[in-house]
Formats: sequence, structure tokens, C-alpha cells
Amino acid sequence: MTKQRVVVTGLGTINPLGNNVIDTWNNLTSGVSGIDHITLFDASDLPVTFAGEVKNFDANEYMGKQNARKLDRSGHLSIFAAEEAIQDAGFDLSKPLGEDFGIVFGTGIGGIGATEDAVRVYDERGSTRISPLAITQLMPNSSTGQVAIKYGIQGPSLTITTACAASANAIGEAKRMIEQNIVDKVLVGGTESGTTSMTIGAFAQIKALSKQNDEPQKACKPFDKNRDGFVMAEGSTVLILESESSAKDRDAKIYGYISGYGSSTDAYHITAPSEGGVGALRAMEQAISNADISKEKIDYINAHGTSTPANDLNETLAIKSLMNDYAYEVNISSTKSMTGHLLGGGGAFEAMASLLSMKNSLIPPTINLNDSDEDCDLNYTANHSIEKNIDHSMSNSFGFGGHNAVLIFSKQ
Amino acid sequence: MEVNEVFEKVKTLFEEELGIDSEKINMDAKLEEDLEIDSLGIVEVVMAFEDEFEIEIDDEELTDVGTVGQAVNLLHSKL
Repeated sequence: MTKQRVVVTGLGTINPLGNNVIDTWNNLTSGVSGIDHITLFDASDLPVTFAGEVKNFDANEYMGKQNARKLDRSGHLSIFAAEEAIQDAGFDLSKPLGEDFGIVFGTGIGGIGATEDAVRVYDERGSTRISPLAITQLMPNSSTGQVAIKYGIQGPSLTITTACAASANAIGEAKRMIEQNIVDKVLVGGTESGTTSMTIGAFAQIKALSKQNDEPQKACKPFDKNRDGFVMAEGSTVLILESESSAKDRDAKIYGYISGYGSSTDAYHITAPSEGGVGALRAMEQAISNADISKEKIDYINAHGTSTPANDLNETLAIKSLMNDYAYEVNISSTKSMTGHLLGGGGAFEAMASLLSMKNSLIPPTINLNDSDEDCDLNYTANHSIEKNIDHSMSNSFGFGGHNAVLIFSKQ
Repeated sequence: MEVNEVFEKVKTLFEEELGIDSEKINMDAKLEEDLEIDSLGIVEVVMAFEDEFEIEIDDEELTDVGTVGQAVNLLHSKL
């Protein structure tokens, strides 16, 4: 059988910038920050009191309390984002998607909120009071299973937990499933809801988070000289991946092609990127080779750009090693400057941003980039979106553990 | 406590703790089919009963409990 090309036919999202694709895109290209003071719990004892929370979402209202109780918040967000993506791709929500559909979901820490709650109950009231729903809420594959149940997905399934690269890896692995004719449609996405007290406290302990509590909207400043860490965020984004032939047979809308995927491991340090970003560089080279294009054909790079001192420097070095002189020309931006860090949900969100950039010929900016860092001296599309035709875009995602996943999207 | 008082407490508990639609809750309602309480839900229900009524319920006692009425009668017999 011939190798299938893979297209994206549906998008859905819920994240700090919006509870659907259109609002998200409008905010993203207007340079709006989704970061604010934490409202979901009392964060006053924490060293970090702000995050990118999903707003105006009540799971009880959305799915009914009896259903909502069975899921961690990361699961609520997955079900919500999947609904929009399935409808957007033109499938009937009232019918099961069936055996022709696979599902691949990525998450960094799964139902961490449910884990925290269960431990509190255990400490306070003993093992016999732990909720019987705790395990199915907290397991990392909870969203994969719950989304499959809700929408009747009966093909192959995988859950990928490569930290902040998880949902980029999910897209890449789903691409391979379709190319190999294992299945012709895959619901793929990422989810995270680690905006919880223990999790924010723990990330703060490893000095990963920005502590600019006074001005949350300005705290995430990728590639800026004064960047001091990432900003925790929550959300879910879902894409419908499909073989080109399946999409064309049913006259589906096509956002673009997933033309390249690269994946590598630093094997260096559990949190720090390898020096010079050499691990990330290998994943980028693989993705470009997989897409079978030359490096200079890439018009836009959606950077991992976390706003940590180490990531942004090493990612910059890796892009320079990859592209040489062209590195100074290509438009790069970090949409995390507006969303915060969606962890395992980041890759899917940024794939969506890369696809929409290509479709709309508009590159979202890196906001809060005001003081240039002499070591981060590329074109980061500072503070204002720009119009530009994009034939190919690249999205970088790197995770604790040394996992690197890179995707290339193409218009044709 | 009278049977109807136990029922009212059970109804409130199902509604407030488990999010079950109050209109569905009557003595004849089947826990699994009518109220959509699955095997995991039953464990929650038992825990909620134990907390509310300050009793202990053994698994064996649940063998014949399939409806709200049967649950109410079991609770009533233990109070």
C-alpha cells in the first residue's frame, strides 16, 4: 500500500485564551495574555500566585454533576475540546466514531488534582474514605479512555506521557499510524490541569516558575533578557487527523498537512536541556528530513519558548545550528508568552497555532519581549503579529526527561 | 427514624453528593438502570451512607440491594 499523507480536518480547544478555536485565535493574534492571579484555590501561601487558568467553564453545567464527578479537571477539558474538534471535522456527535477512529492523547501529569485530593482524604480520614473514583480520575490515560467512551472511539489507542512534549509526540505517533494504514482517522490531543497547589508548589521548588506575582500578564517573557521562568497553565486541545484520501473522499475542510515529525532524547539531564540544544536539534533535523523539504522553506517556527533562562537560550542555539544565516530571517514566536505553559497540552495547542498561522497567513507574536538578550538574537516576532504567507511551519516541544518532539506542517 | 425520613435523607444525599436528578429518585427506582449508578458509584453510595448515618455496611449486606427502596430498608434496619 502507498504511504498516506496526513491532514488535519478538525480543531477544538479550551485554554486560558478562550473556550473555542475562534476566540483563542483572535486573542493569540491580538497579543492578549491569558495569565492572571489564581482563582481556583487559595494560592496565598505559595511563592507563585498566578497561572493560566481556563475561564468561564463549569464542568457540572457542561456535562452534569453526575458525570463531572467521575473525571479530574484535565478530563473535563479533554471532553470539551474533543466535542468542538469532532463537530468541526464534520462528524455527527450523536453517532459513535467507531472502529475506523483511533485516539492518541498526551498529558504530562494526568489527573494530578485528583491525586492531591485523594492523598488529603487518606491523610485526614484513612484509606476507607478514599473515593472509589480516585484511580480512574488520576490515571494518566483517564482522558484517553473517557474521550473514547464519550465519542465511541474503538480503534487503536495510546497515551503518551513525555512531559511537555507529550501531545506533540501524540500527533507524531498518530501521523505514523495513518501513514502505515493502521487506521485512517485519529482523534489526537493533549490535556493538562496542573494549576493545583501541590503542583505549583513543587514546580516552584525546582526554580522553574516565574515569580513575578505583581504583574501576571507580563511575567511570561520568552527570549527576553529578564525572563525568570515559565508560567503554569491548563487546557486541552484536540485535532482530528485523517488520511488525505479519507478527507478528500468526504469533502472535508483541510487545515493543512502534517508533513514532518522528529523525535529524540537528550540523555543528558532530567530537567536541563542538553548544551547547545543538540538533542532538540536532532529532532528538528529529523522532522525536516521527514517532511522532505529544505530548511529554508520553513517560514515560521512556533518555538517551545518557555521563558526559562535555559530553554530559550538552548533553543535559540539549536535553531542557529540548524539554519545558519537563515536562522536570523525566519519568524519565530512563543505563543506560551500568552497561554503560559500547558505542559502536556502544549504540543497540541501549538500545532493548532501553527496550522492556523499557515491557513490565515498571520503569525502570532511573542509578547512581553522588550529587553533583548544578546544571546537570544533571532527574529522572535516581538509584541505584534505579522502577516506573512506560510507554506511550511515548524513547532518545537521539549519535555523534562530530555524528550524532544518536532512537527512540520505544510500548506500543500 | 421513620422509613420516610430515611428516604428523604437518601434522596438529598443522592441529589447533593452524587448529582443525581431528584425527579428520578423514588422508592422503586433501580440504582443501576434508572439512576445510572455503576459499580464504582455503588462504593461511593455506601461510603456516603456510612458517613451520613454513622453506620458500617458490609459488602454481603448489599447483595439484595438493587433499588432505592431496598437501600432505604437496609439503612432503616440498621438504625
